Amino acid sequence: MVVDGGSGHACEWEGRWNHIKKFLERSGPFTHPDFEPSTESLSFMLETCKILVIGAGGLGCELLKDLALSGIRNIHVVDMDTIDVSNLNRQFLFRPKDVGRPKADVAADFINSRIPGCCVVPHFKKIQDLDETFYRQFHIIVCGLDSVVARRWMNGMLLSLLVYEDGVLDPGSIIPLIDGGTEGFKGNARVIFPGMTACIDCTLELYPPQINFPMCTIASMPRLPEHCIEYVWMLLWPKESPFGAGVALDGDDPEHIQWVYQRSLERAAEFNITGVTYRLSQGVVKRIIPAVASTNAVIAAACATEVFKIASSAYMPLNNYMVFNDIDSLYTYTFEAERKENCSACSQIPMDLHFAPSSKLQDVLDYLTTSASLQMKSPAITATVEGKNKTLYLQSVASIEQRTRPNLSKTLKELGLTGGQELAVADVTTPQTMLFRLCFTS
Amino acid sequence: MAATRTSKEQKYDRQLRLWGDHGQETLENAHVCLINATATGTEILKNLVLPGIGAFTVVDGHTVTGEDVGNNFFLCNNSIGKNRAQAATELLQELNSDVSGNFVEESPDKLLDNDPEFFHRFSIVIGVHLPESTCLRLGSVLWSASVPFLVCKTYGLIGYMRLVVREHTVIESHPDNALEDLRLDKPFGEFKNHIQSYDLDNMDKKDHSHTPWIIIVAKYLEKWLSEHNGQAPKNYKEKEAFRQFIREGILKNENGVPEDEENFEEAIKNVNTALNPTKIPSTVEDLFNSEQCNNITSQSTAFWVMLRAIKEFVHNEGNGSLPLRGTIPDMIADSQKFVNLQNVIFAEFIFNSNFQKPPESISENDIKLFCKNASFLRVVRCRSLAEEYSVDSVNKDEISELGIDVLSDHPVLFFLISSVCTNSPTVSYVRIYNYQVEEDISKLKLCVNSLLQEYSLNINIKDDYIHEFCRYGAAEPHTVAAFLGGSAAQEAIKIISHQFVPFSNTFIYNAMSQTSATLNL
Repeated sequence: MVVDGGSGHACEWEGRWNHIKKFLERSGPFTHPDFEPSTESLSFMLETCKILVIGAGGLGCELLKDLALSGIRNIHVVDMDTIDVSNLNRQFLFRPKDVGRPKADVAADFINSRIPGCCVVPHFKKIQDLDETFYRQFHIIVCGLDSVVARRWMNGMLLSLLVYEDGVLDPGSIIPLIDGGTEGFKGNARVIFPGMTACIDCTLELYPPQINFPMCTIASMPRLPEHCIEYVWMLLWPKESPFGAGVALDGDDPEHIQWVYQRSLERAAEFNITGVTYRLSQGVVKRIIPAVASTNAVIAAACATEVFKIASSAYMPLNNYMVFNDIDSLYTYTFEAERKENCSACSQIPMDLHFAPSSKLQDVLDYLTTSASLQMKSPAITATVEGKNKTLYLQSVASIEQRTRPNLSKTLKELGLTGGQELAVADVTTPQTMLFRLCFTS
Repeated sequence: MAATRTSKEQKYDRQLRLWGDHGQETLENAHVCLINATATGTEILKNLVLPGIGAFTVVDGHTVTGEDVGNNFFLCNNSIGKNRAQAATELLQELNSDVSGNFVEESPDKLLDNDPEFFHRFSIVIGVHLPESTCLRLGSVLWSASVPFLVCKTYGLIGYMRLVVREHTVIESHPDNALEDLRLDKPFGEFKNHIQSYDLDNMDKKDHSHTPWIIIVAKYLEKWLSEHNGQAPKNYKEKEAFRQFIREGILKNENGVPEDEENFEEAIKNVNTALNPTKIPSTVEDLFNSEQCNNITSQSTAFWVMLRAIKEFVHNEGNGSLPLRGTIPDMIADSQKFVNLQNVIFAEFIFNSNFQKPPESISENDIKLFCKNASFLRVVRCRSLAEEYSVDSVNKDEISELGIDVLSDHPVLFFLISSVCTNSPTVSYVRIYNYQVEEDISKLKLCVNSLLQEYSLNINIKDDYIHEFCRYGAAEPHTVAAFLGGSAAQEAIKIISHQFVPFSNTFIYNAMSQTSATLNL
């Protein structure tokens, strides 16, 4: 693990770290077996410990505050978004004047000026724009993401950093991943030790795939106001291009949403459906998830507590998944998520794909995207055919997509594939190519 | 709907989707009092200021210390030596210009001495790290004035909160997975007429495949009842037979192969819940039997007046059932059939809700909202602090149940020590020097045991817990304060908005094991 030198001493004052010192300098009956009370621990936390926060939104702002006030000074934060006015009800490091500016930058500025000595380094980037050299420098990584795809990518990145010597995992190559998620009044916090405990993909079934309305409902038999709105933005907008040819619908543009709202009202009226509102229209188009400050505060706090426990070795960390819900009273449930033996991400065993030689490549593609344990988005498949590396299908580059599209309707046999051979699959859900073994069924 | 939305609508959009404009209005009319701007206190207030409460007042007689600034986001090192209420108010106010922030540089004890009615103006009072005596005094004032009181403490890795409210009614509890109100066992007149208009045996394929599953189940149930002496399917065997009965109704093609009729599959899948007998939930029955419902006076709140009216509906027009909820879930159907069914059900809801002319103070919309939520009404009542602490009425059962051989990370044992520890007037466990911890352990042990004796509680508290508590030395780590901050703020929002159900009445969080428990003490 490559670690930077610590930041310089900022002004300290008497008693500043009293609340934390009691946990670092005193022995206790419930501490981690490896814990040694010492006055050195505080300087490790302040000078050496380096934490990465992914996301500077609802959870991210809370995480930065929590870590800074727990004695962590070396923090990096990554976020690719800019500030929107709808963030202000909970992302408390931002003010109305900051709307439009990068979240990572504004968050870092605020924390650095409020907490003397704290040095948050912002990265206005996508997580995919940073490489393993970047990620390897951190002791712990905490995620406050709003997308399963991004979580899986991060999960894959940390798995790719693991070093095995003679089949034995080098513990020094493990970077713990703390992951938090919230939705309305529900949330969860989990601790992942890549290569050792259940990873994101081990429990992929906990994230059920998004339910989309069937096309026939949207196109010809709407029943709910949501169906009318989907019709307008998915079918009517491409047909009418109301703001100019090729102008895509921008869920943040009030004029675009207004247009969708008006046309949805008309559509609804045709079918005697009530309930279309501006708020619903925006909610459907942007797939808005309701959010409040309190849930984010709770989940981020739980995550930050785990960072503290692991960084200081003061206590055993959460093992390994906590769920929270305060719709009716307050409810938490803590359990140990289990590793999946054949996890596509962390089990290191190439997954078997069972297909008849007469199956089409399209069938393989469908399986990769719809299987509950894989849920890939737009997989690119390559294989070694007759000794040469061949791209069978790739969606993300238009020219290659066009060239390889005919392969989808060819059979696996026609494509020259043989039983037992490896297929390499790349996808946004993972930073590394995933290997599969093609098993021919009769 | 205006073409331009106000900036407040935009800012609060994500939370308006949870509690609506009417919920937001209650927040904006609320005035919250926070006593003691410790990290726990300011974190709670932050999560109330951000969503836009109308006003807050911080009451704190303490001066800011270096230790205070170390764990509190809303204090700066240049406020050391200043009054803590003033310093915190400045930085909390800065979070949201819609909110009006005030401070009082006084201890709550002083206010209770000189002007106890000061506290009457608040929608809720949140007391953080109050000594027991202050807690009881303040609790008594607020109890008499019917002002909700939320007591919070963070002690080391333990978070604690206690809600004190005489009676809190909730119409919009927003239950997570409520069962639908279909009344298939007691179909109302208009519904029976509506299903008569469907002749499943003589429909064309398109109509057959797009008939709502509710209609399908209703029609097959009618047939079943006539063939089984009016007895609906009751056990698993009968329900299986009923499902098969419906399955046989799926159209077949010329080769006798069943067609793909998703609406019939939906019907089969939903048989179990569809056949649930229409019943008044026990929570509602309990409310019907309560004193407030049976003794309506001029002082009765709208909630009880409306509940009484519903009770009378149940005994008269309702024939033993609540007013119809009036909604149906989405299901495979063509637009017209679905909307028609929806209209029939909604019309019955309107008809039910118009059963009585409401008094002046209650609007038609109030009644409709009440009827719609009739199955989900909740009332929360908490005992006063005086009752909880009194030797005669302490809730021994609740505490003893969690007694002897419980797992080491059970939060409740910590509660006991927590309340003992911070309530003890003579011993302070705020220790700066680590060697003093040993001394404290024996002192605390004596204190705990004498308290247990006083309350005649027969529980053995392991020495390890006592040691752990002394180790904490009254530390208030920020992450634990922040967890409690989020939890407490949302409970305060529930109290103010009367939406969602508050806890009752004690919540304990253990950051060491990341577990929690609620108790009724």
